Amino acid sequence: MKNIPVSALIGLFFTALYFLGAIFAPLLAPYGVGEVVGDVWEPASAEFLLGTDNIGRDLLTRMIYGGQTTIFIATAATVLSFTTGSILGFIAAEAGGWLDQAMSRFVDLIMSIPTLIFALVVLSVMPVTIPTLIVVMGLLDSTRVYRLARAVAVDIEVMDYVEAARLRGEKTTWIIFREILPNALSPLVAEMGLRFIFAVLFVSTLSFLGLGVQPPAADWGGIVKENKDGIVYGIPAALIPAFAIATLAISVNLVADWVLNRTTSLKGGRG
Amino acid sequence: MSDTLLKVRDLKIGATIYPPGEKPKDIEIVHGVSFDLAPGKVLGLIGESGAGKSTIGLASMAYGRGGVRITGGEVWVNGRDILKTGLRDVRKLRGGEVTYVSQSAAASFNPAKKIMDQVVEAAVEQKKFSRKEAEERARTLFAKLGLPDPDNIGERYPHQVSGGQLQRCMTALALCPEPDLVVFDEPTTALDVTTQIDVLMAIKEAIRDTGVAALYITHDLAVVAQVSDDIMVLKMGNTVEYGSVDQIINNPQEEYTQALVSVRSIEHEEKAPTPDPVLSVRNITARYKGTQFDVLHNVNVDLYPGQTLAVVGESGSGKSTLARVITGLLPPREGEIEFAGRTLSPDLKGRSREDLRELQMIYQMADVAMNPRQTVGTIIGRPLEFYFGMRGGEKRKRIIELLDEIELGEKFMDRYPAELSGGQKQRVCIARSLAAKPKMIICDEVTSALDPLVADGILKLLLDLQKIEDVAYLFITHDLATVRAISDNIAVMYQGKVQRYGGKSKVLSPPFDDYTDLLLSSVPEMKLGWLEEVIANRKMESAGN
Repeated sequence: MKNIPVSALIGLFFTALYFLGAIFAPLLAPYGVGEVVGDVWEPASAEFLLGTDNIGRDLLTRMIYGGQTTIFIATAATVLSFTTGSILGFIAAEAGGWLDQAMSRFVDLIMSIPTLIFALVVLSVMPVTIPTLIVVMGLLDSTRVYRLARAVAVDIEVMDYVEAARLRGEKTTWIIFREILPNALSPLVAEMGLRFIFAVLFVSTLSFLGLGVQPPAADWGGIVKENKDGIVYGIPAALIPAFAIATLAISVNLVADWVLNRTTSLKGGRG
Repeated sequence: MSDTLLKVRDLKIGATIYPPGEKPKDIEIVHGVSFDLAPGKVLGLIGESGAGKSTIGLASMAYGRGGVRITGGEVWVNGRDILKTGLRDVRKLRGGEVTYVSQSAAASFNPAKKIMDQVVEAAVEQKKFSRKEAEERARTLFAKLGLPDPDNIGERYPHQVSGGQLQRCMTALALCPEPDLVVFDEPTTALDVTTQIDVLMAIKEAIRDTGVAALYITHDLAVVAQVSDDIMVLKMGNTVEYGSVDQIINNPQEEYTQALVSVRSIEHEEKAPTPDPVLSVRNITARYKGTQFDVLHNVNVDLYPGQTLAVVGESGSGKSTLARVITGLLPPREGEIEFAGRTLSPDLKGRSREDLRELQMIYQMADVAMNPRQTVGTIIGRPLEFYFGMRGGEKRKRIIELLDEIELGEKFMDRYPAELSGGQKQRVCIARSLAAKPKMIICDEVTSALDPLVADGILKLLLDLQKIEDVAYLFITHDLATVRAISDNIAVMYQGKVQRYGGKSKVLSPPFDDYTDLLLSSVPEMKLGWLEEVIANRKMESAGN
């Protein structure tokens, strides 16, 4: 673990900071999440480190709980999209023929509809709860993972060691999980970082539009929405969650980049 | 101007390597090599992979490939040190005074441009000739190199000519600007033996007629003996021996050179067929899905227990397809396969685990035949687990036994394939197939990606293991020296048919049919003047022409 480049260290630091903040939210937050503790849009002070929001709740508390919601939804959606996307992609590559064609064309069909519009339509007819959000986001995102996983697996599938496993009589599950998956992991991990960021942006967008996390629960996109009117009066409350989203995006990317660099060096890739 | 065209003194070449998880390291790959080359002479650079022969060849154009740097020494071309003259001068040198012929013409030609455009490009660019003169010269060279229809072949695209022809076009490309020196980097290695011989002859005549000097790089001593005046033997970036062809071939001084000269010294007594073959291929006709063309026509061969059947032929003769049919990867259109007294299902899915276990396969490219994310222990252990249900200590013991059998030992158990050399990788693949305790192993060109000395070791190992394990080999190869070394029976394949089949002594002794004669006579021999002799006595043109 030595020789970690500075960029990766910065990325690791911020990623860890946000994730720890999310995990230990109830311990860290000075006030309750929906608790009105001061005046509207109070400036930062010793009492309220980041000031208060549009109805006088402590912004730091909102940010910590908001981070928890945002990161939890994004993580769960990413995990969901990765498991479904990559397993289906591997199956398609391994099976080939009509099954591959049917699945790939179906995915093309889904991908031809803009994701945000699709999600808005689905969420406007369904009750907006956190599980629904996760499932909708995860399944929509899994189409992209499917494409990548299938492309990578098709390349691996023609390798002699896969043929050797097939000649040995191995079952499809062994071939997928023991021969293909370990060799497909590094591009998938890199993609996972990116997809996680897209999930964060996506859930923030939905909340900003009012179809994501519902009040009084906090999330970063929602905090921007609640406080956006303050910008006109020179109150920075809406910029704080925006800043958090941006730094999380950058730092997760830095980490993913580093992981990719490390793992591809096995194949003689970049140093 | 002095009478040496190329003078290399104490040439040192370095590179930076990037070991995973460690800091980049600078290493030296050529340690002070010196030689001279007079105008019109040919120097052969020979050595195994990693000997630095290509690197030295490129250094004579002041070029280092992919992060390789020339760190010391002098390279004099036509009386000036090209390592010191600066980029502008070097640009005039490359493609003008010194030109290069690479191993794979197919990968070196731009597929989107006509051959003529590429052949004359350097000559015109260097302002040696006008476009018209250069084209005229190219056509003369095409004729000299024995290309068909020399007046019009330049109008074709690279994919419209055969591999052997393209390699000759590249020689024309290198000779077109009237260079003083041509660097040939393994120009015939990727070709079939019967094609190689024509290209060799063409190159040799072109060198003689144009009076150009050449560096000829190859790993095949028999080939270099045919074309060069002097030979330099290299090993790990050091000169092992440097002398005239005659001296190197007939009177090698160093132990390493002697080993190279006497390679393929394996003797194997032919065994008589036993009554019950382990494998009988009956009237197999096969074609690939979606094509209208039979790759195999009515193939019949037998393989006896504990013996070796060599299937020989050029690329495209159907020998690997035969292996795919036997393994069940390609169900045949007609015919059947009997294995160990039972008829095998034509399709892989219909075969029992016992069928699969008893019929194993070893691949040509050991690198891609092993999962790079599994350790040697896992790779060898999996068949034990899968077929015999071995676990824990019992499995470990058997893995160590197998590692000992392939002469590697226990310490290799936790290594990954990337940490093994080419020969070691192939040994692990052998152990993996032996782990299944098979009755028969299909060896698909298992030694062709290896250096001659390493390949020799693998062949010896295979023969020893055959005695211990009593396993039969179906040995697919294009290399007749290998066939001579290990087989009991031979099937010569040509265009999907078995041309000649029988015991080794019968197949390899006259009277020959025309194809077998061509194939046998095309294998380079380590003898001066062999090339001219063969060309003079040929009965049949090779298919690559």
